[in-house]
Amino acid sequence: MSNLKIANHNPGRKLFSSKIATVVVWVTTVIWTIPTLGLLVTSFKGDKDIVNEPWWVSLFNPKFTLSSYKGVLFGGDSESLSTGILPYFINSIAITLPATIFPIVIATMAAYALAWIRFRGSDFIFFFIFALQIVPLQMSLIPLLLLFTGGAHIGSVTVFPALGIAGDFAGIWLPHTMFALPLAIYLLHNFIASLPRDLMEAAHVDGANHFKVFRMIVLPLSIPGIAAIAIFQFLWVWNDLLVALTFASGTEEVAPINSKLASLVGQYGSGYTQLSAGAFITIAVPLIVFFSLQRYFVRGLLAGSVK
Amino acid sequence: MSEFISTTIPKFTSVFSSIGLFFLVLAVLFAIAGRANGKKARPIALVIFLAPALILLFAGLIIPAIRTLLFSFMNPDSNGWVGFDNYYWMTQDPNIRTIMVNTILWILVVPIFTAALGLLLAIMLDRIKHESIPKSLLFMPMAISFVGASIIFKFVYEYNEPDEVQIGLLSTIVKFLGATPSDWMLSKPLNTFLLMIIYVWTQMGFGMVILSAAIKAVPSDIVEASSLDGASGWRLFRNITFPMIKGTFIVVLATGVVGALKVFDIVRTMTGGNFSTNVLANEMYSQVFVQFDTGKGSALAIVLFLLVTPILVFNIQSLRKERAHS
Repeated sequence: MSNLKIANHNPGRKLFSSKIATVVVWVTTVIWTIPTLGLLVTSFKGDKDIVNEPWWVSLFNPKFTLSSYKGVLFGGDSESLSTGILPYFINSIAITLPATIFPIVIATMAAYALAWIRFRGSDFIFFFIFALQIVPLQMSLIPLLLLFTGGAHIGSVTVFPALGIAGDFAGIWLPHTMFALPLAIYLLHNFIASLPRDLMEAAHVDGANHFKVFRMIVLPLSIPGIAAIAIFQFLWVWNDLLVALTFASGTEEVAPINSKLASLVGQYGSGYTQLSAGAFITIAVPLIVFFSLQRYFVRGLLAGSVK
Repeated sequence: MSEFISTTIPKFTSVFSSIGLFFLVLAVLFAIAGRANGKKARPIALVIFLAPALILLFAGLIIPAIRTLLFSFMNPDSNGWVGFDNYYWMTQDPNIRTIMVNTILWILVVPIFTAALGLLLAIMLDRIKHESIPKSLLFMPMAISFVGASIIFKFVYEYNEPDEVQIGLLSTIVKFLGATPSDWMLSKPLNTFLLMIIYVWTQMGFGMVILSAAIKAVPSDIVEASSLDGASGWRLFRNITFPMIKGTFIVVLATGVVGALKVFDIVRTMTGGNFSTNVLANEMYSQVFVQFDTGKGSALAIVLFLLVTPILVFNIQSLRKERAHS
């Protein structure tokens, strides 16, 4: 600790004086925050002001209204969004919860098996799953969609029946679960494999089987790792566009808010007010997660960056 | 409103019953398999723990990837072989040439800017008090989806006719500087760079945070010793600090290259790939879901895979090395 202090007081270490650094950092921070602030202010402007008055003018001339939010949440005159965006928001929740829980549970189980139920070939399987991280999403979209709509056939023999879940919530949960596994298993394996060996052995000596060890020891001790990865997965699914466009039809029955929002872009006039309010509603959820669970969030994002 | 409630309740019912069923099945499996003892206990446990993941990986990644490879040698409807036609088409089609030029621009500009800016801010954050506030505000855009970020910048890039009030920040600044604003999304090649700014805006925080951690991990006695030897400022950074964080810096660069290669949401939301801004991932989507040409779409997916793989392999390896050291 004393070393650190000396180094910090030593002018030699400084590439920039701390005054310049403070100015540069804060100026960059302001520049970085302005676009989001602009969206927030715009979303509280009325229909007329939105196209006639820049948001920084409105900031000093406040006549803020919730009309954009009312319009976008509950619908109104606009044809593109007659029912409002609320059903899509609900869809996002309905997609994201299972698409986070399923892969994390399945990955934790697999990671435990690969780390603590040793068998011949477990290293190979672990490496194989690890290597699957390189397969981009785009490689499996088409065949997976065909599988969901038409099943799998070899010649005229049906190997696998059509699941009939295309355009259903399950049809979005499943691809998200599949695509999340390689990274989640890899990261959780790192975490679970580093749990103390003595603890596992003691439990087995006491007569606990693998299921008990998993529930009573591995799960509770892995919570920090699981939380970080779960937050990463939650955000990934909430913010996803490609999987949603491919597997969810654009309807209010299943389409998530992010893909609905993407389809609203390009509509002007009254669509514009809805766009700003809709965008803010969409990004509010990740931002709340970000500011309330920042430590896990950063850890999860850094770990997941290779995806 | 009542209609909203009547459509929402079934959605939540299906979500929570699915989650409930999922855990119920697991609990039953655990309970039944937990009773097995003796020689069979271990293999049974192994199957229950590992089989779900392996089945999903085979059905969701391995078999589809192989099928995509096969589709790339087939016609649009995937019922006849066409050899390398879909790949030959890429070398001939002028649109693909634009896409390749754009892709090269993306992988040259985006990683350098995200990594360099991230490094600069990481160094400066190390120098200031109360770094946590600017740090989290600079990192915040990473929480925002590319669609959300695109809409945020749609308002920044908004353009009105010259005689009207400009409500976009960019147009206003340009006008303030005495130039004439134009319809930014239509002005090539500037539009591609404006799209890149959106990407850099969201992803810079990633480089900043991990480089910041790497800088803090440089042992202070090394820095101290070399500054006693007379090294200072730029020389100290170049000779001592940077070599020690070089590995992290390269990982940030490589992550930027992979992200730039896969970029899809921003281009699709902002321009739909029009006005010479198209990129590989967006063209792949359009070929499959707009042109209904599974063959060309699959071939584009394979090209994407081939471009991404070497960088990802490198990246995963260096990340693993770094973890082993820390």
